[in-house]
Amino acid sequence: MHEACPLSQLAPGDAIRLDTSPPIAVFHTEEGELFAIDDTCTHQDASLADGWVEGCEVECPLHASKFNLRTGGVDAPPAKLPVRVHEVIVQDGTIMVRESEEEPNLPPGVKVDGYV
Amino acid sequence: MQTLVVIGASLSGLSAARAARAQGFAGRLVIVGAELHPPYDRPPLSKDFLAGRISEADLALSEVDDDLAAEWLLGVKAVRLDTESMTVALSDGRSLAADGVVLATGASARVLPEVDGCSNVFTLRTLDDARALRGQLQPGRKMVVVGAGFIGAETASTARAAGLDVTVIERSAAPLSGALGAEMGAAVAGLHAAGGVDMLCGTSIKSFRILGGSVSHVVLDDGRELPADIVLVGVGGQPNTDWLLGSGIQLGNGVLCDAAGRTNIPSIVAVGDCAAWWNHRLQAHHRVEHWTGALERPALAVAALLQGGTVPRAVHPPYFWSDQYGSRIQFAGHVHGHDRVQVEHGCLEDQSFLAVYYAGDEPVAVLGVNQVRQFTRWRKFLNREAERYADAPAGAFAAAS
Repeated sequence: MHEACPLSQLAPGDAIRLDTSPPIAVFHTEEGELFAIDDTCTHQDASLADGWVEGCEVECPLHASKFNLRTGGVDAPPAKLPVRVHEVIVQDGTIMVRESEEEPNLPPGVKVDGYV
Repeated sequence: MQTLVVIGASLSGLSAARAARAQGFAGRLVIVGAELHPPYDRPPLSKDFLAGRISEADLALSEVDDDLAAEWLLGVKAVRLDTESMTVALSDGRSLAADGVVLATGASARVLPEVDGCSNVFTLRTLDDARALRGQLQPGRKMVVVGAGFIGAETASTARAAGLDVTVIERSAAPLSGALGAEMGAAVAGLHAAGGVDMLCGTSIKSFRILGGSVSHVVLDDGRELPADIVLVGVGGQPNTDWLLGSGIQLGNGVLCDAAGRTNIPSIVAVGDCAAWWNHRLQAHHRVEHWTGALERPALAVAALLQGGTVPRAVHPPYFWSDQYGSRIQFAGHVHGHDRVQVEHGCLEDQSFLAVYYAGDEPVAVLGVNQVRQFTRWRKFLNREAERYADAPAGAFAAAS
């Protein structure tokens, strides 16, 4: 389990990036839902926590690939591979993330611990 | 429409082909590409690919499951377009009859005639260019980069990281000044100095000393002589439109189009680096040489070609990014016509800032350096603003040209 932050510190519409390996992005949508996915776009190295969230979708800030926050699936190219989705739990007012055990789809040239 | 021929197999040509299928075109689709390679992504050529971090396979743009049902003619150039009979003559002697044509021939790297052909002089535009240059990046070698645009600046950054001694020569007062304006170009120049690259702005080349078919020294207008093991020429691109001379297609700086990519000839549209679309804001034809334009705009042009009539969606302002010395530079909008630049977040000294370009009270462009999140918000704002221009007529060609 990774500790993200107190729920009170992540307002609706905000996102944070966890310095895990690989990094994880946690989103609190305008609609009040919490989602956690891999932070690194599967196309090229960019942080999805810096992206644009609309509804249940985040758009990569670099090349506008779109990922579904619920499924991790690609809704718009150039990305081809999905990001992993992680379980979010709020425990005593703190956002916790249980990391998926699947293999992450990192972009070419990027390894779990950063650049090759 | 029975047969749609796309001339050009890079990002804009591929995007046009995908858009045609996505919009329901079920006829014969032919894609002609001058390079032998299937479509590949060019931006990494000066960055991760040149640095050896990613492979050629990683550059592939098309997927095996791309259900384009297209005929690919690769390694073949279009040499003539007959707009009366709507036929395209190819370099292998064949000719293609078409009902609709998408011109997506891109641009070529400009060369310096006096050193063209020298064995240690390179340009960087194609995969073959990048392969050739990649083999040259050995630590300790001296590289002189001519031009501090995107290719020059990014290649300098990559070469420096690979351990070369790099000097960049730029005629204007700051790097990227054409794209960012002089003031912000100067702010970004600090990245080069911090990265350990000599950036000589306001400097011209007087001559080259050539020895045994390769450049040994670059001689500057102030008399300095820079020894060079490698010379990279990054002085911009020119649209690949010579083959259209005399075809009846109107040409200027690129193929002249209306605001939806239509040329003066019915059933022929142009997209990507070869195309100069009418821009309502600038009231001029404007050739956009950026990746995002090549990705997004073909869908508009194909809609105009297949459906005719008005085009419902607005063209987003040009957007580009550049990675240099570990910093991420992003820009959206039109620098043209701004009268001031205001730093809204961060500060220039920290190499982390967001600057907004204003024409009067109207924000017309935004630059972010290591400010991805703020930049994204501003870019979205500019995109929405641009939709105000969507109601303007897509433009009778006559009125636009």
